[in-house]
Amino acid sequence: MTSCPLPLTTKDRILLGHGSGGKLSAELLRDIFLRVFHSPVLGRLEDQAVLEIGSERIAFTTDSFVVKPLFFRGGDIGSLAVHGTVNDLAMGGAEPLYLSAGFILEEGLSTEVLARVADSMARAAEAAGVEIVTGDTKVVEKGKGDGLFINTTGIGRIPAHVNLSTMDVRAGDCVLLSGFIGDHGIAILSERESIGFETNVTSDSAPLHTLVRDMLRAAPGIRMMRDPTRGGVASTTNEIAEKARVGIELVESAIPVRDEVRAACELLGFDPLHVANEGKLIAIVARENADPVLAAMRAHPLGANAAMIGSVTERHPGLVTLRTPFGTSRIIEMLAGDQLPRIC
Amino acid sequence: MKFLDEYRDPRLAQSLVAEIRRIATRPWVLMEICGGQTHTLMKYGIDELLPESVELVHGPGCPVCVTPLELIDKAIAIASIPDATLVSYGDMLRVPGSSSDLFRVKAAGGDVRIAYSPMDALAIARRHPERRVVFFAVGFETTAPANAMTVWQAKREGLKNFSVLVSHVLVPPAIRLLLGSRSNRVQGFIAPGHVCTVMGYTEYEELAAEYKVPFVVAGFEPLDLLQGILMLVRQLEEGRAEVENQYVRSVTRNGNEAARRRMLEVFEVGDRKWRGIGEIAASGYLLRPEYAAFDAERVFGVQTTTAAEPAECISAQVLQGLAKPVDCAAFGTRCTPETPLGAPMVSTEGACAAYFQFRRHA
Repeated sequence: MTSCPLPLTTKDRILLGHGSGGKLSAELLRDIFLRVFHSPVLGRLEDQAVLEIGSERIAFTTDSFVVKPLFFRGGDIGSLAVHGTVNDLAMGGAEPLYLSAGFILEEGLSTEVLARVADSMARAAEAAGVEIVTGDTKVVEKGKGDGLFINTTGIGRIPAHVNLSTMDVRAGDCVLLSGFIGDHGIAILSERESIGFETNVTSDSAPLHTLVRDMLRAAPGIRMMRDPTRGGVASTTNEIAEKARVGIELVESAIPVRDEVRAACELLGFDPLHVANEGKLIAIVARENADPVLAAMRAHPLGANAAMIGSVTERHPGLVTLRTPFGTSRIIEMLAGDQLPRIC
Repeated sequence: MKFLDEYRDPRLAQSLVAEIRRIATRPWVLMEICGGQTHTLMKYGIDELLPESVELVHGPGCPVCVTPLELIDKAIAIASIPDATLVSYGDMLRVPGSSSDLFRVKAAGGDVRIAYSPMDALAIARRHPERRVVFFAVGFETTAPANAMTVWQAKREGLKNFSVLVSHVLVPPAIRLLLGSRSNRVQGFIAPGHVCTVMGYTEYEELAAEYKVPFVVAGFEPLDLLQGILMLVRQLEEGRAEVENQYVRSVTRNGNEAARRRMLEVFEVGDRKWRGIGEIAASGYLLRPEYAAFDAERVFGVQTTTAAEPAECISAQVLQGLAKPVDCAAFGTRCTPETPLGAPMVSTEGACAAYFQFRRHA
């Protein structure tokens, strides 16, 4: 085998797929960052760090936004940068309080564009009830950035009775999803000049913290929540299955997908389960509490189409399977490599 | 969703399965030729629904899988040239060549772009006269008309900075090779619906008559395939060896004659090497001499040396239906979609990738 040139390793250079939220991203995290960053808080690999400061528990998170195009149906890079970080806090059960905003601008960017983005951020923050309290701006030479990148960091307070952790997921729990999947990814994709298809699908970008608040009030028994952004529902459920060492069985007919999104996925050869969302959440809930939590979701405007999409099982730990309408079952893989570049 | 849901109706599927179970009295080995059909079978678990006596083996109809290593190496060499832009369908980017793949060339600064249509490559060439734009024209008879059209259009416009790296293969010569082989187990074929949309199915009538095997031209949805399998089992049980058409909403006996005329203006039939299978006489399309100016192999004159395939990879047997992906010792361990040993693990149409993606838990 020494003369054999294959297989190629994925480790010598950064590929676009390393940013896709799928397997390559997980490898990068494991092989580069977790080897040298030893924090036990980081090691929990939740969407947010939970820090105990005095008697308070604080959720702390950061996210960078490189979406292209900057403006799309249903949002823009500014509103997305607010919603993304608010949601990372909310998934820990936190009430979002403060955000920072860091801008990396490319020389030559129109100030009108920047003003529109800033205005959109301000409106998104106000609507979400968070305050942008600190920031930073850097400019790179023309050609060294793609117009505008944004980083936001957020802080929130976790109510005393809330304690969410992927490690608490148990066989028998239910998997709840807050609504239609794939809207964001398809909306972004359809606006790319290189792909000639038109659709009216609008990004679902939205702040989820009030939905989370209503769910937490409805019943105990919510084990954990995650927003299925890059890599979609497939990657998020795989992460949960792997981390909690449980199997997850999804039911295809129960997963809400708009016809337009299904059609676009058919054309492009994607699985809607791999397509990104920016205003949806997955909650793993104890079976006895699933109904009241689902009712609370459906009573909220951002959860009107919520559904129970599957359950947690002790069979096949680490794997996610999908029951097809034909009564057969198949594996749902985490997204391998890159599907839609620069969606968030 | 209209035009899809009616071909995915679980109740109709159950009744087709029941009918197949009712009429199958003996063991039959069937091959679906096209990788898109393999994908549907695995995705919906159709093979699990069939009686044990009906075995499906998977055919060579995955264009990415059978594109020879040398051509991938040529694409990589072209993409590494500073003023060249290589445009390709997304699947090709991850296929391992001898020492790299197109994703890596892109990461190292090569201009590699994904397109959904060859016309996109033409548009890039028009927009960027300073760049030499190459479309990696891969595929069976299905994609050949669009690729031919692109070259025809480029010639008509007098575009000087556009060429195609052609790797077009044809289904019937590969099936003939398979049927003539002593190790062949296949007793009936699901013929590829989209290839036949272009070509019609008279070529398969010749094969059916010569080798006394039945063919059913079928579509790509679960009910298409179940109905195709039912028609095939019925022929076998009745001792018939005909060509029947399940995919009537797309296929006619003579296919799309206008598309074929344009295709044969640009391409001519020639010998082609298939990855995992070897050279097959008159099994592909080459650019006609009148279109030599659009032949990327001539334009760039890149030379590559042939590297050996990994010894452990059994893709040759898999592509000929002699082995199943799970028969491979490396399957799912040393060979995965992230670290593929062979092309069938890369393409979404590859049998190994379909098994890995949908079936590891079985």
